[in-house]
Amino acid sequence: MLRFKVNGKERQVDVEEDTPLLWVLRDNLGLPGTKFGCGVSECGACTVHVDGEAVRSCSFPVSDAAGKNITTIEGLDPESKHPLQEAWVKHEVPQCGYCQSGMIMSAAALLKENPSPTDEQINEEVTNVCRCGTYSRVRAAIHTAAGNEKGGA
Amino acid sequence: MGFSRRKFLIGSSAVAGGLVVGCSLLPGRDTIAAYSATAKNGEVALNAWIKIDPTGVVTVAVPRAEMGQGIFTSLSQLIAEELEVDWGSIRAEQAPVDEIYVNSYMLKEGLSFTDGFHRGENTLGAKVMAKIAGILGIQATGGSTSIRDAWEPMRLAGAAGREMLITAAANKWGFPVSQCRAEKGHIIHVPSKQTLGYGELVGLAASLDVPSDPKLKPASEFKVIGKSMKRLDTAQKVNGQAVFGIDVEPEGLLYAAIKTCPVFGGSVKSYDQKAVLGMPGVKAVVPYPAGVAVVADSWWRAKKAIDSLPIEFDDGDNGGLNTDSIFKQFAQELETGDANTYMDVGEAEEFLAKQSDVLEATYKAPYLAHACMEPINCTAKVKDGKVEVWVANQAPTLVKWFAAKAADIDSENVTVHSPFLGGGFGRRIEVDMVIQAVTIANALPGTPIKMIWTREEDFQHDMYRPAALSRFKGTLDEKGNVAAWHNRIVSQAPTFSVMTRFAPAMAMDMSDNTTAQGSADTPYAFPHKHIEHVPVDLPVPVGFWRSVGHSYNAFFSESFMDEMAHKAKKDAYQFRRALLADRKDARDVLDRLAKEAEWDKPLGAGRAKGMALHESFGSIVGQVVEITLSDDKQLSVDRVVSVVDCGVVVNPDTVVAQIESGLIYGLTAAFYGEINIENGQVTQSNFSDYQMIRLSNAPVMETHLAPSGRHLGGVGEIATPPIAPAVTNAIFVAKGERIRELPLIKSGYEVG
Repeated sequence: MLRFKVNGKERQVDVEEDTPLLWVLRDNLGLPGTKFGCGVSECGACTVHVDGEAVRSCSFPVSDAAGKNITTIEGLDPESKHPLQEAWVKHEVPQCGYCQSGMIMSAAALLKENPSPTDEQINEEVTNVCRCGTYSRVRAAIHTAAGNEKGGA
Repeated sequence: MGFSRRKFLIGSSAVAGGLVVGCSLLPGRDTIAAYSATAKNGEVALNAWIKIDPTGVVTVAVPRAEMGQGIFTSLSQLIAEELEVDWGSIRAEQAPVDEIYVNSYMLKEGLSFTDGFHRGENTLGAKVMAKIAGILGIQATGGSTSIRDAWEPMRLAGAAGREMLITAAANKWGFPVSQCRAEKGHIIHVPSKQTLGYGELVGLAASLDVPSDPKLKPASEFKVIGKSMKRLDTAQKVNGQAVFGIDVEPEGLLYAAIKTCPVFGGSVKSYDQKAVLGMPGVKAVVPYPAGVAVVADSWWRAKKAIDSLPIEFDDGDNGGLNTDSIFKQFAQELETGDANTYMDVGEAEEFLAKQSDVLEATYKAPYLAHACMEPINCTAKVKDGKVEVWVANQAPTLVKWFAAKAADIDSENVTVHSPFLGGGFGRRIEVDMVIQAVTIANALPGTPIKMIWTREEDFQHDMYRPAALSRFKGTLDEKGNVAAWHNRIVSQAPTFSVMTRFAPAMAMDMSDNTTAQGSADTPYAFPHKHIEHVPVDLPVPVGFWRSVGHSYNAFFSESFMDEMAHKAKKDAYQFRRALLADRKDARDVLDRLAKEAEWDKPLGAGRAKGMALHESFGSIVGQVVEITLSDDKQLSVDRVVSVVDCGVVVNPDTVVAQIESGLIYGLTAAFYGEINIENGQVTQSNFSDYQMIRLSNAPVMETHLAPSGRHLGGVGEIATPPIAPAVTNAIFVAKGERIRELPLIKSGYEVG
């Protein structure tokens, strides 16, 4: 039995230790907001926070999460009013929306580390794939959430 | 051609077993049963597009797939405008599957390129195609048709609803209808200033006759159409609440992972289920014709088991297929193959044969994968002769027909649920995943099975954008304008390939506009012009990939246009402009583009601009790119300026978003996109070897909407075609290297 906290709540699961955290969240814990995209840490659709760090959960064995705090898109903000979520709405970032949970979680981890990132720093940290090509709006929304409407420093 | 096309269309309806009634423009009340059945919490359906609840909240039935293009929002705007409702009172939901929601527009693109339909006329051919579509009754999203198709019926539905609500209020008050008007979800009796909310009136309104000729608002009175109304699907897409196909959770769900024979057309010879039946959570091993599925109590357990399952495949006849041999065959067909002619003006061949100074160039484009972010998946349940299917799809009618076929039941006994699509791009008009999931679920009656492909399966079993070869011959007149232009294209024909899957008995060697679109229908006037295509039949499944034939033909045509401009020693802009004498709309786009992009202003050392203009799906897009290119081929696309004429704009911000999206999709393909085949199987497996543009190498984009007042055009695909030639034309300016083959990484370019 593995125990950890997900979005502030104690959870326990009885699965094989090598099960990726992604599938535990989706299939065992009923949190489908985190998405499967590639299975090999290439696209970032499955990004969640483990003890505050952005992690690609499709390649993160659930055993490594034992005893840790996990945050998914469902738990980013109790009222869906994280500055990034509000900026995402303002800039109408999502199109199909499938990659956006991971995109927002990557950006949230970046802003926690670096509250006012430059374009270059955004490029380095938010490497998620969006097949709808929402990149320019993702960038604008991150700057907005950082309180930096004008763009990178 | 006309005969064979007609035969194919009517035939396919018979094959599919769908005898449906065509719909008139504004159907009567008897046609709303399917939508009425979805009413809850006191909602009442006014017609097949509108439900209103007692508090006045209006729910719009969106009969097209929301795959990112914003169709929930823009189609709801058509209703909100005519119904006179505040945007805050509007909700959108997926419409059920019903003949009333037929897409009567998609077949029209199949009309000859000389048909006036392509210039916005409602020709006899267009009417016939709409009629045939009505008979087929296929509800589908594709071809950038949604707004064009819905523009009249959905506004009429809104207007009819408004008139019924006005009549209901007038009757209730005992006032003449002429003294009442609709505003912000209320009917107002103007002289007495009394008001009644739509929620109070809808029950009464729904009992009235549907007006036969509701009055549409003139464009000058539009308050919602033409405004960037906030998207109705954004809130749920930023907090993980949006439900995509892969997210559905019917009760008692089990999960399936699959392995399909990697060789096209191969099958399963044998497998040893004993090897996996004892693994944790494994419930069953189920074969389907081309592969095997493992069903387990979690997807990960199913995946581990399928990876451990010993399977022997029979490669069939295609184990020797590879990309090199395909292109060799194309080269041969380029010389000797029988071609279909799609455009013939003057006497191009005869004229060129007499010229001494003919420019000739051959271009090449690879197979491409759709690579939707949401891997292919489908959930199905078979029980007591009924099938329930949950799948992100672009054609619920086809889902219904093929689920029925797979379970050997009547399509009336199939229920289709259509959640959001994590990308479509043409991939999800296919139903291969539905046939698989229903086949698997059929082996475990009563249990819903969620089948999810790995990304590797997704790359290996796509219906690819066809690879193509294209040869041009052109010559100039004494003024340096194009005198003759001849283009011969070789590729598989997507429509034929799609038909082999949907109605094999009807698949025939027929004319297919998608093979020549983007070449036959360019806006330029040439005294002699000949466009032909040689269809090649190969076992590689090909299909509709965002902008279809335009995706490669625009690269070919707009590159050769630049080659001709260079030969004429003319500026790329002025050269194109001179060939658009009778196309003011295209000329206006080009002029605006030159102005916005400051075409005449040279960039610094190592930087250059390139241009392309392309008409597709009834719209015109001009693009100028600015690149930075180093001596060792480090390429950066810094900025893209787009000018767009798509006629009436329903939601400007959504249109801009689609231009950005289409452009990135095309640029990704231009940079990286290539599917190769070795030993009958695709060599690419994941995003590691089928790369994507990311934030770090996405250009800055500036988009200008420049509606000329021309007819309504499509939007979702139109920015994809011109971006590749705009970039390669810039590379020629910067370095003098003419790129005649994509992707750019193949020519040694590093793109970020």
